[in-house]
Amino acid sequence: MAEEFEPNILGILCNWCTYAGADLAGTSRTQYPTNVRVIRIMCTGRLDPAFVLKALSVGADGVLVSGCHVGDCHYLAGNFKSRRRVALLRKLIEEYGYDRERLRMTFISASEGAIWAEVVQDMVNTIKKLGPNPLKQVGEAGQVGVVADDEF
Amino acid sequence: MDEEKRIGVFICHCGTNIAGVIDVKELAEYAKTLPNVAHAEDYTYMCSTPGQAMIRDSIKENNLNGTVVAACSPRLHEPTFRKATEEGGVNSFLFSMANIREQDTWVHMEEPEKAMQKAKDVVRMEVARASMLEPLTPKTVPVEKAALVIGAGIAGIQASLELGDAGIKTYLVEKEPSIGGNMSRLDKTFPTLDCSQCILTPKMVDVERNPNIELMTYSEVEDVSGYIGNFDVTIRQKSRYVYEDKCNGCGKCQEVCPVSRPNEFELGLMPRKAAYVPFPQAVPLKFTIDMDSCIKCDLCKGEEACGDLEAIDFDKPDELVTVKVGSIIVATGFDMYDVERKEEWGYKVFDNVVTGIEMERLISASGPTGGNIVRPSDGQKPKSVGFVLCAGSRDQDEEDGAKPYCSRVCCMYSLKHAHQLIEKIPGCVPYLFYMDIRSFGKAYEEFYYRIQNEGGKFIRGRVARITEDPVTKNLTVTAEDTLLGTPVEMEVDLVVLANAVVPAESTQKLKTLLTLSNSPDGWLLEAHPKLNPMSTTTDGVFLAGMCQGPRDIPDVVAHAAAAAAAASIPIHRGSVTLEPIYAIVDQEHCGGCATCIGVCPYGATELNEVDGKLLANVNEAKCKGCGTCGSACPSGAIKMQHFTNEQIMSEIEAFAQGW
Repeated sequence: MAEEFEPNILGILCNWCTYAGADLAGTSRTQYPTNVRVIRIMCTGRLDPAFVLKALSVGADGVLVSGCHVGDCHYLAGNFKSRRRVALLRKLIEEYGYDRERLRMTFISASEGAIWAEVVQDMVNTIKKLGPNPLKQVGEAGQVGVVADDEF
Repeated sequence: MDEEKRIGVFICHCGTNIAGVIDVKELAEYAKTLPNVAHAEDYTYMCSTPGQAMIRDSIKENNLNGTVVAACSPRLHEPTFRKATEEGGVNSFLFSMANIREQDTWVHMEEPEKAMQKAKDVVRMEVARASMLEPLTPKTVPVEKAALVIGAGIAGIQASLELGDAGIKTYLVEKEPSIGGNMSRLDKTFPTLDCSQCILTPKMVDVERNPNIELMTYSEVEDVSGYIGNFDVTIRQKSRYVYEDKCNGCGKCQEVCPVSRPNEFELGLMPRKAAYVPFPQAVPLKFTIDMDSCIKCDLCKGEEACGDLEAIDFDKPDELVTVKVGSIIVATGFDMYDVERKEEWGYKVFDNVVTGIEMERLISASGPTGGNIVRPSDGQKPKSVGFVLCAGSRDQDEEDGAKPYCSRVCCMYSLKHAHQLIEKIPGCVPYLFYMDIRSFGKAYEEFYYRIQNEGGKFIRGRVARITEDPVTKNLTVTAEDTLLGTPVEMEVDLVVLANAVVPAESTQKLKTLLTLSNSPDGWLLEAHPKLNPMSTTTDGVFLAGMCQGPRDIPDVVAHAAAAAAAASIPIHRGSVTLEPIYAIVDQEHCGGCATCIGVCPYGATELNEVDGKLLANVNEAKCKGCGTCGSACPSGAIKMQHFTNEQIMSEIEAFAQGW
């Protein structure tokens, strides 16, 4: 590749904690990589597993779900539910040939702008190591979607 | 939705905040190429009056039926642009906001090209979302004409009095047996030197007398449900083991009680009995039996004591009371930094090292020494006193739990202590070890000059170590005088640590109950630090006083009055408009599996029998719009309004058009 691979990461953030935290990174002028595009939902409990699968199927290189800290959910327990969903989804996407690290869930409060910046940086590093979404990689034999995974 | 979509895209320069990083003209041109976009333009300040007018007029001129504003965070100006959209004649929920400031130009300043690409992507995603939005109608609900104030320090007292005087029924809940809070511990207040008790106790009595205020002391908020205008609050009234209506405050139970334990109000500097009031001016003047230390000797019930009043009952249970209120004010104050963690200063190791608040009690006429300032080790009057300012404030040592912020009261109360020492003990010299004297308030700097002239000695430097002479119990303070550039060692009779104020531990539980956040420093987070410092992100919940951040008494009183004014708005208006962001069930597709019942944290989903079939339904009054049921429903029958599957999926598809 002539150019360095720049991952396209979809961020799905809850309104009350991580979205506010990402805003705080802005008001604090904390600089971080540009690779994440954010969809705001009121609560990570709204996270339909289909959103993650859809994003990967259209070629997202990674999906970052982030909500309130456990116990701090604005809707009491939405983040618990999405945490369970994400845990299952990480196994599920492996069945489809995606590395589980392409999907990550973090808990970042409205006061943790600096942590949001760190998480984005770390996610970008991780995805850069993994390479583009397998759907966008074309193997030598012309096969599409073959993922190299040491586990298999 | 068959009507052709005509979306207007409005790009804000935000001065140079956005336009200084990306080319807003190019972004507007790009927006024009997007599907369903009928019009796009840019302007210096979209949130200004001309900016809003531009949106309004453009809707009419270009016959728009949807709007996207690319500007700051929707958490800041979504309401502003919704209103502008509504004024243009388009339903306000057909508006969507692209965050290209907080989450783009401010965080990618050094990568303008990539920031430009991100801005295009974000605008495209929001246009896609706007194309799928549906009009919604906000709901108006009546407001309960009552308020709850949690915490009865000076902030809670002030807020309650304002509300009560405005004719609003106010429940004032305090966890301690008496109201008054930390201010009731203070002797004098800076810079005017009014006696704290003389200005506080009349207010405490006013609270008790105000017909609109219902005082609930020795009580804690146990549960909160509902929403702005209609909160249901469960309050636990802890048992005093004394019937408040029978107790006349005579204090005979206290006289006969044989138990002795440290008095919390006096910070352990003097004992109290198991039957006690925290301090003689307590409101209400009702005794409490501390069951943890009571030995049940029954002396207090005897004829010599309570006798025929029969106010004492060891079996009196806690009571749970439920009240309905329209708005809630949190006024839970602060704790003092545990300065014992700074081992170099020897607090609790050396007898003659005390904290600022302990000094208040030593000076107070109602305190353990009757206002005689003496050394704890030998009861002698100190002739030299060292003050360690910023004890735990302006200190980035996280290991010791110290705080990076300025506590905003310690400079001034230390100056006040210095004045009182000079006044009360002839020849006594106060030495203040300081970093900067922050005397920023009205008449504060003048007070600082006054102490300088009265003989206060100021040494600019942080105290590195305090050691004790084991025989005399005198203390040697080691510091660096940064103005002279030399180390100093000084022997003093007494050291006062002006310890930091820290967020109250009791606030933590409330934070969860009321779904509040805190700022990085741990204090409760306000809706906006400048424009709305008394509101929170939970509608109908307000902040008063130190729970939001360090401030002195004049600022607390002003903040509390502001919170009371804000809290009274929905009550006086009589109704509130609720966001129509709640889930609805398409009963034709509902299979009655009850999955949604289990996941709803509010019990808003219910299963009803319709024509012999079990079908789910969402109670819109209880639904808060988290959308958890929508993503859990296996048959896709639940639609989370304004965050529908179609809307979110369209955003994901638009996201994928970026490569």
